[in-house]
Amino acid sequence: MLEKKNFEPKIVAFCCNWCSYAGADGAGTARKHYPANIKIIKVPCSCRVNPLFILRTFQRGADGVIMCGCHPGDCHYSTGNYYARRRMTLLLSMLDYLGVAGERFRVEWVSAAEGARFAQVMNDFAEHIAALGENVKLRDLRCKK
Amino acid sequence: MQKIEKLLQKRAAELLAEGTVERVLAWQAGEFFYDNAPAAVGSADECDKLVYNEFCPANLCKYLIETSHAGKKTAVFLKPCDTYGVNQLLKDNRIKRELVYAIGTPCSGMLDINKIKAAGAKGIISVSVDGDEVVVNTAYGEKRLAKADVLLNKCLMCKGAAYKIADEELAEPLTVPQFTGDKFAKVKEIEAMSAEERFAFWQSELSKCIRCNACRDICPACSCEQCIFDKSDTPVAGKAYADEVEEQMYHIIRAFHVAGRCTGCGECARVCPQGIHLELLNMKFMKDINSFFGQYQAGADSETPAPQVSYKQNDPEANSAVEGREQHV
Repeated sequence: MLEKKNFEPKIVAFCCNWCSYAGADGAGTARKHYPANIKIIKVPCSCRVNPLFILRTFQRGADGVIMCGCHPGDCHYSTGNYYARRRMTLLLSMLDYLGVAGERFRVEWVSAAEGARFAQVMNDFAEHIAALGENVKLRDLRCKK
Repeated sequence: MQKIEKLLQKRAAELLAEGTVERVLAWQAGEFFYDNAPAAVGSADECDKLVYNEFCPANLCKYLIETSHAGKKTAVFLKPCDTYGVNQLLKDNRIKRELVYAIGTPCSGMLDINKIKAAGAKGIISVSVDGDEVVVNTAYGEKRLAKADVLLNKCLMCKGAAYKIADEELAEPLTVPQFTGDKFAKVKEIEAMSAEERFAFWQSELSKCIRCNACRDICPACSCEQCIFDKSDTPVAGKAYADEVEEQMYHIIRAFHVAGRCTGCGECARVCPQGIHLELLNMKFMKDINSFFGQYQAGADSETPAPQVSYKQNDPEANSAVEGREQHV
C-alpha cells in the first residue's frame, strides 16, 4: 500500500511555446519555486494538444495533467486557443461523465510575462493532485475486475 | 408499407432505365425476414429484389462516399433520420451533391426483432403492423404487441418525419413515433450518479466490448479513409495492439472524433453485438455542445459550421463550465 505522505504525484504539463513555456522560464529566472515532479511538454500551440494526448498521459500513469496556453485573444496564431478551449471543455466534461480523472485535468491560461502566476498555478495544482492521491482508474476502464 | 415497397421498386427501375442514375441504394431481403440488408443495384431488371418494410433500419448514406469516389450518380432511399447523415457527409466534403439523388422514403418507425422475441413470441413466421399494434404470426398462432414496446431504441428518439435533404419524396409522410420525453434523460441520470458509480457503470459497459469495430464501420460520421484504430503495419484489416492507448480508449476517442458531427442516428448502439449503450457517449457530447456552445443539431443542414471547427470569444472556460454545472445538478 502506498503511503500517502510519501506519495509523489506525477504531473504532466502541456505548455504552449509562445506563452506558458516562456512563463516557466520566467518563473525560473525569478527564482520562483514550483514542484519538480511537474514534467513540461512543449507544444507549438495549445491547439496542438490532441485530446488523445491527455488520455494517453493518464493511461501511462500520470496522476494529473494540466494544459496551459495563451490567454484567449492572445494566441500567437490568432485563434488556436479558442479551438483548444472548446475541445478541452468537452474532454473534461467527458472524463467527468466517465467517472475518471475529471478533477485531475485542468486548463489554465498563462502568458509569457506571468512567471509568478505560472509557479502559483503549478503549486496549486500539485497540491490538489497530492491530496487526490494516485490515479489508477483510466487504465482500468475496460478491464472489469 | 407494401404500397411503398412497390413504389420504391418502380421508382428505382425508372431512374435506372432513363439513365438519371447509374446505381440505386436501397434494401434487399436478408437471410431472415427481419434482417434486411443494404442493396446496390445497377440495372432496372434487378429492382424487383428490393424490399422495404419495418425491418429496414440500415442508414445507407455512408455508401455514398464510395459511389462519389467512383463518380457514379447514385439514387439513395433515405428515411427521414437518414437524411441528417447525408447533410453531414456533404458538410464534411465526403460526398458530392451532384452525384447524389436523394429520395425521401416515409417511415413509421423500425421494429426490433429482439424486443419482439423478448416479449415472448416464439417460432416467428412473419411480422406486420396494424395501426398501433404489431401482429406477430407465429407457429403457435397470432400474437399482438403494442408497437411502441417493440420499436428500435433509436426510433424512440425519432427526430420527426421531415426530410432534411430530398430531391423527391416517394410518398406522403407516415406518422412517426411521437417522442415527447427528454432525450437526454438517461444522460442526466448518469450525471447525477457519484463519480464511483459512473466509473462502475462505464467499466461494466465498456468491458463488454470485443472490438469488432461494427460501431465504427456503420457510423456515417466515421468517414475517414484511414482510421487510427487500424494497424498500418500489416495488410490484415487489423486492430490496434491490445495494450495501446488506442485500444483502451477506443470508445472515448471515437465519441470525441464524431462529437459535433454525430447526428444521433443511433446506428452504433443498434449494431453493437454486445449491446453496449454507445449512444450515451454521443448523447453526452450533444448535450454538452448544446449547453456550452449553443443549440446545435448535426446534419440539420449542410452549411452551419460544426461546433468543433468554430468558436466564440466568450465560450465558457473548461474547468469552470464543468464544475459550475455540477453545482446545478
